[in-house]
Amino acid sequence: MDFSIFGYQFMQNAILSAFLGGIACATIGVFVVLMHMPFIGVAMSHAAFAGALLGIWLGFNPLVGAIALSLAAAAIIGPLADRGELTPDTSLGVIFSLMLGLAFLFMGLMPGTKSLALELLWGSILTNTRSDVILLGIVAAVVVGLVFAFYKEIQATIFHRDMARSVGIPATLILYGVLFLTGATITASLRSIGGLLIFSLILNPAAAAYQLTYSMKKMFLLAAAFGVLSGWIGLLFSYLFNIPSGAMIVVTSSVIFLIAAVFSPKRKVKGWQKKPLLEGQ
Amino acid sequence: MIKIENAVVSYRENVALRGVSLEVNVGEFVGIVGPNGAGKTTLLTVVNGLGRLLSGRVWVLGHYLTAGNGHSLRKKVGYVPQVHNIDPRMPMSVREVVMIGRYGLLGLLSRPGRHDWEIVDEALELVGMSHLAQRPIGHLSGGEQQRVAIARCLAQEPELFLLDEPTASLDWKAQSDILELVKRIHDSRHITTLFVTHDLSALPVACDRVVLMKEGLIWGEGSPSELLTDENLSRLYDMPISEVRRRRREETLVNGGEF
Repeated sequence: MDFSIFGYQFMQNAILSAFLGGIACATIGVFVVLMHMPFIGVAMSHAAFAGALLGIWLGFNPLVGAIALSLAAAAIIGPLADRGELTPDTSLGVIFSLMLGLAFLFMGLMPGTKSLALELLWGSILTNTRSDVILLGIVAAVVVGLVFAFYKEIQATIFHRDMARSVGIPATLILYGVLFLTGATITASLRSIGGLLIFSLILNPAAAAYQLTYSMKKMFLLAAAFGVLSGWIGLLFSYLFNIPSGAMIVVTSSVIFLIAAVFSPKRKVKGWQKKPLLEGQ
Repeated sequence: MIKIENAVVSYRENVALRGVSLEVNVGEFVGIVGPNGAGKTTLLTVVNGLGRLLSGRVWVLGHYLTAGNGHSLRKKVGYVPQVHNIDPRMPMSVREVVMIGRYGLLGLLSRPGRHDWEIVDEALELVGMSHLAQRPIGHLSGGEQQRVAIARCLAQEPELFLLDEPTASLDWKAQSDILELVKRIHDSRHITTLFVTHDLSALPVACDRVVLMKEGLIWGEGSPSELLTDENLSRLYDMPISEVRRRRREETLVNGGEF
């Protein structure tokens, strides 16, 4: 196998993007999994995609459009989620379908070639520039830094929002912070992974980590490791077999989840749960 | 300690409190009793500042409660909610959940120290849960989870203790253990306590005063012996007292049978 490819700038950018994007997406994924809001992430990633397409259509920076529309979706979803009025099959279904509809509407309205739009749809980590890597690096540092700084507030909010509020923790602020970080992470990863696939890289590594540990700190670390592994292994297979990188990264993350689910210690019955109900039984 | 004047709270079209006034003195143990939908839980949320008043005024721990100071007052108010479902795979241990009680006091950007963990371990010891301290929280029974919720409040070192139906949906043995525990905590620490229940058999004997609630109003208050008469109870629950007693007996038999 010829590994001289790794000496090229574009491949180094891709490897760094997979590392930084994997950490940022997987860290956000821990919130998505533990706060039981996978539909929120799906709706926001489609909002970011629609916003980026709006930018391409109207001729401004797609990243600005992506962050603006994903934050607008967060502004609608946030109050619903905070009040506990959110049912995934109604409000989120409407927002998700609206965002998908807008995305394809903007794509349809675009004059000329749609190659840039399709790149955002499927992702193209191999074309990432140094500035894409820097943006991903900033987002990953902010996400990890905030989790480290506000770990205890985040932990309490994840456990039970009302209970966190009742001990004086600003749980609403934490929830909105999580939604904002989700929007920023999706926006920064859009070019690498693609609007349709990004959510899998958010959900799968965290869902895999969730199968393997009863410690939240370990879950954050495992999720980040799985996110990076998904990116690197996906990239390698994409290079070896000449297949789309974004799709391969997502497939890898799904395989990691399946392996974790099969070998999950949480599926096994613990000793204390096997004790007979009555002595002598 | 607590003064509520003419509190009105509404959830959309439902008026949960219709002008409720109540005063609670330092160290008092007040039982709040009434059928479902009487406004008991809403009354507790008004006290800890989570309920939004349409009108009326509330003073808690000597402070007039506003939208701005509820956050800091809540750090001094321990709140045990009704039993809620905890994800059995939640990656948190019992000890970590009890530590949440300290988080508000610690403030942003600071970490729990050895002293905080000692307080947590003492609280777990007091509620008899030390042996399960490292167990994942989702693996506990409903009664054990309520003990953990009480330990979390104790770790908070509260000046005011609010318990919202802490024994609802628990079996007879777990109910009696929780009631005994609440009484023991009040007797030893003299924390002002508000205990909400719809079930008279779950009313602690430690109550100094009982407040009866119905349809968002305070319907009567006084000592348990004065207030909990057959006539009052049959009017409160809208059924003859013989039926109230029969149902309570049946429930005790059923719960006792489970145990």
